Amino acid sequence: MASERSEEIIAALASGRISRREALKRLALLGISAGGITSLLSTAAPRTARAAGRGGSGTVKILYWEAPTIVNPHLAQGTKDFDASRVCLEPLLTVDAAGRFSPVLAANVPSRANGQVAADGRSVVYKLKRGVRWGDGRPFTADDVAFTYQFIANKETGATTYATYDNVATVEALDPLAVKITFKKPTPAWYLPFVGGNGMILPRHALDAYVGSGARNAPFNLKAFGTGPYKVDTFRPGDLVVYSINPYYREPGKPAFDQVQLKGGGDATSAARAVLETAEYDYAWNLQVEWPVLQHLAEGGKGKVITGHGGGVEQIYCNMSDPNRTLDGQRSSVRAPHPFLADARVRQAMGLAIDRMTIARELYGEEGDATVDVLTTPTTYLSPNEKIEYDIDKANRLLDEAGYRRGPDGIRRKGAVAFNVTYQTSVNPLRQKEQEIVKAGWAKIGVGALLKSVDAGVFFSSSPGNNDTYAHFYTDVEMFTSTFGSPFPGTYMGRFYSGDLAKDVPQRENNWSGLDITRWVDKEYNALYEQALVELDPAKNRELWIRMNDRVVSQGVSLPIIDRKQVSAHVTTLDVAENLSPFDAETRNIADWRRTG
Amino acid sequence: MTAYIVRRSVQSLPTLILISMVVFGILALAPGDPLGQLAANPDVPPQVRQLILHQMGLDQPIPIRYVKWAVAFLHGNWGYSFASHVQVNRLILQRLPTDLWVIGSAYLFAVLLAIPIGVLSAVKQYSLLDQIATTLAFIGFSLPTFFTGIVFIIIFSIRLHWFPFIYSVEVHGPVAWAKQAVMPVAVLALFQGAALMRFVRSSMLDNITMDYVRTARAKGLTTWKVIVRHVLRNGLIPVITLLALGVPAIFTGAVVTEQIFRVPGIGSLLIASIENSDTPVVMAITFVYAILVVIFNLIADIFYGNLDPRITYG
Repeated sequence: MASERSEEIIAALASGRISRREALKRLALLGISAGGITSLLSTAAPRTARAAGRGGSGTVKILYWEAPTIVNPHLAQGTKDFDASRVCLEPLLTVDAAGRFSPVLAANVPSRANGQVAADGRSVVYKLKRGVRWGDGRPFTADDVAFTYQFIANKETGATTYATYDNVATVEALDPLAVKITFKKPTPAWYLPFVGGNGMILPRHALDAYVGSGARNAPFNLKAFGTGPYKVDTFRPGDLVVYSINPYYREPGKPAFDQVQLKGGGDATSAARAVLETAEYDYAWNLQVEWPVLQHLAEGGKGKVITGHGGGVEQIYCNMSDPNRTLDGQRSSVRAPHPFLADARVRQAMGLAIDRMTIARELYGEEGDATVDVLTTPTTYLSPNEKIEYDIDKANRLLDEAGYRRGPDGIRRKGAVAFNVTYQTSVNPLRQKEQEIVKAGWAKIGVGALLKSVDAGVFFSSSPGNNDTYAHFYTDVEMFTSTFGSPFPGTYMGRFYSGDLAKDVPQRENNWSGLDITRWVDKEYNALYEQALVELDPAKNRELWIRMNDRVVSQGVSLPIIDRKQVSAHVTTLDVAENLSPFDAETRNIADWRRTG
Repeated sequence: MTAYIVRRSVQSLPTLILISMVVFGILALAPGDPLGQLAANPDVPPQVRQLILHQMGLDQPIPIRYVKWAVAFLHGNWGYSFASHVQVNRLILQRLPTDLWVIGSAYLFAVLLAIPIGVLSAVKQYSLLDQIATTLAFIGFSLPTFFTGIVFIIIFSIRLHWFPFIYSVEVHGPVAWAKQAVMPVAVLALFQGAALMRFVRSSMLDNITMDYVRTARAKGLTTWKVIVRHVLRNGLIPVITLLALGVPAIFTGAVVTEQIFRVPGIGSLLIASIENSDTPVVMAITFVYAILVVIFNLIADIFYGNLDPRITYG
C-alpha cells in the first residue's frame, strides 16, 4: 500500500502536478526513510525531464454529431461510444485499412515467423509493453487482458463486442508481461480479439466487481481511465466528455494537449461548418454531407476534409425469395423463389444498367469510389477480376436472349409477371438521389422500379414486429451500406453464407436475426466460406475471400455501387497524422495529435 | 381556498394517469428499439441482443412494464437511461441549469419586451410605432425557430464571427457564457415575445373601449394613470394564463432551438432519447411536463382571483 502511494506521488511530481518540496513532504509522511526518498526521487528525475514536452497546447475540441452515452467500449451502442472510449483505452494492436498491424499495448506484432502465432492456428501469445500504467497509477499486466476477456465472455454482461470473442476458449496470463489466447477452433483470424476498436483492454481493479449483470452499473462506464494518453474528467452523457492528461501515460512528451473536449449532438452539416467555416471546433467526425456542399464549406481554407479507405460498400441486395407470396405465415420465405430475380441473368442485367460513375462523380466526389466489388477492405483483399461496366445494350441483349419480352408498357415480362421491382432504402437525401439514377437506368432495360424509403431508425432496427426492417426484406431489392468491422472478413462475408438455413436466413422463427438477407443459397459459396474460416495459410486464405467476392458479384446477388470512404475534417492548425482506420476509432492516435502554427 | 386547491389537485389525478398510460403506450408500440444502432452490427449476435433486452426488462408485456414503471415512479425512482445507465433524474438535473439559464432568460426577455411594446401599440393604435411593432411581431411568430436560428448562425457566426454557434457547458468566464447564449436566447425571445406582444395588444384594446375607462378619464385622471391603474390591470388577466402556461416549457426545454445550437438542455435530451427509444428518459420528461402544466394551470387560476375580485373560489 505504502509503495503504491509513493508511486502516485512520484508520478504527480513527474507530471508537474505537485512541487518537489510537496513530494518530499508527502513521502516523508508515508514513513519512507531519507535514503529511500532520494532513490525514489532519482527514479522520478528522468520522467520529469521527459514530461517536459507533455501538454501545453491547450484544449482540442472534437465534434461528433452523435453524442456518446457510455465510455466503456464493450458496452458501447455505436461508433460514438467506441471513439470516446478510445481516447483513454487501448487495444493490444491497432490496424489500418490495408490490414497492417502495429503494436499499441503489445510489445510486438505476433506472427508465425516469431513463433507467437501457433502453427496449428489454435493459439497466439502476446508480449506486452513494459512499464505501462493505468490512469490511476496501478501497473498494467497480462492479468488485465485476461480479465477483459472474462468481462466480455460472461453472457450476463451483455457485451456488444461479444461476437469478436466467440471463438476464444481461454485467455491466460503466462507471466505479467505475456498473455496466451487459446481458440476453440483453429483459426487464421488470431487477430480478432484485443485488436482495434473491439479490442480495448479494461482495468481489472476498476471493474472486477461488475462482471455480469451489474456491468452497466459500474462507475467506470462514466469515468473511464485506461492506459491511453487521457482520462475522463467529467462526462455528461449525451452531451460532452472532458478529458485530462493521464499523468502515467508511457510515452514521453505526449500528449500535446492539456485537455480534450468531445462534444456530441446536432447534425453533420453544421458540424462541418463549425470546423471548416468558423473553426470553432478542431475536428469533426463522419461528415455524411453531399460532396458539393462539403467542398463549398472547405473553400474558406480554415479546415481540411480528410478521407480514409474503408467506409463500407453501398450496395443493392437482390431478394432471391418472393416478397409478395406468403408461405408459412411470412413473406420472403427462402422456400418461395422470386419469380424473376431468382434468374441470375436478370440480376446481372440490372447490375450492368447502374450508372455507377455518375453516382460516384455527382453525389460522392471524394467521399467514395465506384465499385463492383463487395469486398474492398482490407485493400489487400480487393479482387483484381471485376471491372466497372455500364452497358445498357449488353444488359438488354442478356434479357432478350433469356426470352423476357417487353410488354406494351415497355416493361419486360416472364409469363404473366411484369418486371416491376420495389426498391427500398433508408430515408437519406443522398440515397434518394441514388435511387433516381438507378431507376432511370433500369427503365432503359425494361425493369420498372417503385421507390420506397423507410426511416433509418426503423429500417436498421431489429424489431421482429416491423415488416419494414432490412432483415425482413419484404421488397424485391434494397440498398444500404455494409461496413467492415474487422480486418478478417468472416462476419462481413457471412452476409451471403447459408450453411444453416434455420440460423443464417432471417425468418420469423429466428426473429429475423440471420445475416443472409438475400436468402441466397449457394453450395459453392458456402464451401468457400467454410474453407476460409479454417485455412491457415494467409495467401491461400486471401485467395478464398477473393473467390467468394467474385462469386457474389458474378451472380449479381449484390450489386455494389460505391466503395465509401470515412470522411472527417480538421482545422488547418491541427495535425492528426494517420488517424483514420476502418477497424479502429478515429481517436486511436490522439496521443500524436498536435497544433501546427 | 385550500379546499379549492385540494379539489383541483384530486381532479387532475385521473388526467395525469391517463397521460402516463397514453405516452407509455405510444412509446412501447413505436417501432425501433434501444439496440437499433447495433442491428447493422453483426458483432452482436441475437442471443446477446435478447439478453440485453431482458436486462432492460423489454421482453415483458407492455401492461406489466407500465405497472412496474408507475410503481417505481411513485417511489421517486424514475429509472435508468437505457443508453448510459445513469439515473434519469440525474440526467435531467444535469441539464436543468442550462435550460433555466438559456430558456429562462429568453422567456424573461420576451415578457419584458412584449408587455411594454404591447401596451404602447394598443394605446397608440395605428401609429408608426404600432405598425413597426406589429410587422416585427408577425415576422417573429411566423418564422419558425429553425429558420431564424440558421439565419442568425449564417449572419452572426459565419459572416461576422461575433458569436459561437455551438453551446458548450465547458467555457470559462461570464463573457463566454453570455456570448454563446446570445443567439439561442434571441431566437427564442423573438418567437415567444412576438406572440405575447400581440396578445397583450389585443387584450388592452378590448379594455380600452370599456365604459369604466371613460369614467376614469371623466374623473380627470391622466391618460398614463388610466392606462396603468385600470386598463393594464384588467388587460393582464388573460395574459397571466398564457404566461403561467409558458413556464413549464422552461423546464422541458426548447427542442428545436437546442438542436440547432447544440444546447445541452432537456429538449435535446428528449430528442436523442426518442431517437434511441430510451423509454425511461422520454417517459420522465413528458410526465414531468404534464405535471408542471397541471400545476401552473392551477397557479394561473389562483392568480386570477387576486387580479380579478369578481372571481371567488367556492
